[in-house]
Amino acid sequence: MTDLAGVPELDVELVRKDFPILDRMVHGDKPLVYLDSAATSQKPRAVLDAEREYYELHNANVHRGIHVLAEEATALYEAARDKVAAFVGAPDRHEVVFTKNSSEALNLVAYAFSNAAAHGPEAERFRLGPGDQVVVTEMEHHSNLVPWQMLCQRTGATLRWLGLTDDGRLDLSNLDEVVNERTKVVSMVHQSNILGTVNPVAAVAARAREVGALVVVDGSQSVPHLPVDVTALGVDFFAFTGHKMCGPTGIGVLWGRRELLEVMPPFLGGGEMIELVTMEASTYAPPPHRFEAGTPMISQAVGLGAAVDYLTGLAGGAGMAAVAAHEHALTEHALRRLAEVPGLRIIGPTDAVDRGGAISFLLAGKDGRAIHPHDVGQVLDEQGIAVRVGHHCARPVCLRYGVPATTRASFHLYTTTGEIDALVEGLAAVRRFFGA
Amino acid sequence: MKLDSMYQEIILDHYRNPHHRGLREPFDAEVHHVNPTCGDEVTLRVKIVDDTVADVSYEGEGCSISQASASVMTDLVIGKSIGDAMALEREFLALMQSRGTVEPDEDVLEDAIAFAGVSKYPARVKCALLSWMAWKDATAQVVDSPAAGGGAAPEGSVPEQEKQA
Repeated sequence: MTDLAGVPELDVELVRKDFPILDRMVHGDKPLVYLDSAATSQKPRAVLDAEREYYELHNANVHRGIHVLAEEATALYEAARDKVAAFVGAPDRHEVVFTKNSSEALNLVAYAFSNAAAHGPEAERFRLGPGDQVVVTEMEHHSNLVPWQMLCQRTGATLRWLGLTDDGRLDLSNLDEVVNERTKVVSMVHQSNILGTVNPVAAVAARAREVGALVVVDGSQSVPHLPVDVTALGVDFFAFTGHKMCGPTGIGVLWGRRELLEVMPPFLGGGEMIELVTMEASTYAPPPHRFEAGTPMISQAVGLGAAVDYLTGLAGGAGMAAVAAHEHALTEHALRRLAEVPGLRIIGPTDAVDRGGAISFLLAGKDGRAIHPHDVGQVLDEQGIAVRVGHHCARPVCLRYGVPATTRASFHLYTTTGEIDALVEGLAAVRRFFGA
Repeated sequence: MKLDSMYQEIILDHYRNPHHRGLREPFDAEVHHVNPTCGDEVTLRVKIVDDTVADVSYEGEGCSISQASASVMTDLVIGKSIGDAMALEREFLALMQSRGTVEPDEDVLEDAIAFAGVSKYPARVKCALLSWMAWKDATAQVVDSPAAGGGAAPEGSVPEQEKQA
């Protein structure tokens, strides 16, 4: 865990001025209380301006053409790669592959494993077959579960997983048994989108290294909220998405160690990812372009670069450390306040240690009967409070804790303690509404 | 408050005291339907006797709208001919897809008119339709199965006209 002591404080009121949407009223005269940032974050003006400016002044296709606009567009697109590489501690800019989102980044790796069968000895580490094992955790978002299920179906490998403790943590008691000599790849979530748990990635990665397995991390919910250094984590691949970190939709990132990307079979074929093409066969470009077939998401990459600049420059350059400290304080406040709500039960850790600001809960009415999350969300929405309800694309977590769905409030750098207090008042109104 | 247009008292009554709830024997078909976006689930059984919906029983988890809708649906279709019940399903579907523009006919839809307000909330329409779709699926399985005890004609509209005549 990053030490957050002594980090300059984020001036949240100042931050909020950068996000035009936060001034919005909903349902007439209700100020928007946006507590759904784990689904997608709001965007600061700097990101909107960057995309607009790109289209107004520099728009052209990248990596082709020798005219001024093409060169400017290419420079902007590639500059975004530099910014992202620095943001997550990637030692080499060629290790940053732009994708559509986290799901595509994770699928890219999963498909590399099944495509390895058609490649030469250089792809040996990605070869997978019957008897081999793939390990995930029980708290994966569907985007880091389903691609591995599909991979196991295609290759005959066996899917295994680390379970969860009753208090919402990863159960590592059988780590050495689950991650064993047969394990070829371990793919795990850094911060759970439903439980809020921040997982001990380095510990799992260390065990994976002992048995020679590759480690893939889904950082969709960690990169937007914590300082992340992919090198320090000791992992091989790391996926995240732009739209949850104040960037646009349609842009995600796969970071991978260069020596692995260089031998990894490609996923999508097409323009830009090739070296030499004949009618019979093709050779492929070096990474990252080998994995970026077709015209990429240029304006979105530029927008993501702007988001990285924005986050890095916060609190006088304290950047993500200040964001993490702010959200840690919010999470402590929220856990304390939610504990005061009668009939409320948190699904996930109830203390703020190694825990992010995505808090799932169940609510019961005065008669003790559960109020379904859909109904909770509807009555909150009427008060201008936006939360997410359902299984949050992590149905196995709901099954593990025996709940059909949860209500989730999630925070970001622009969230205030006042908004959390509004949620607590809103929940009282929900209980009144459904009071028998 | 706008919420009251969705959470009509009739809906809350059915939610608190659902009718025909619980899975019963005998039955000709059982289906399990889910609403993957919100986690609502229903297991539903139908018993068809001589082209009539003899029983509909169900068990499920879901929001007040989905649970109340199941309760209202069973009130409406049990005892009806398959043709009449299918016509009700079409009527209810049209109401739910109307975005609040259709004035429901209380003589036809009875308590189900209370869901007119739900049709203005696109995210909740699926909740209201979950049990209806499950019932339609289960009934179709019985009707389409040659070995079914019901032995009903595939075209439900014919007996409906006979009955009304």
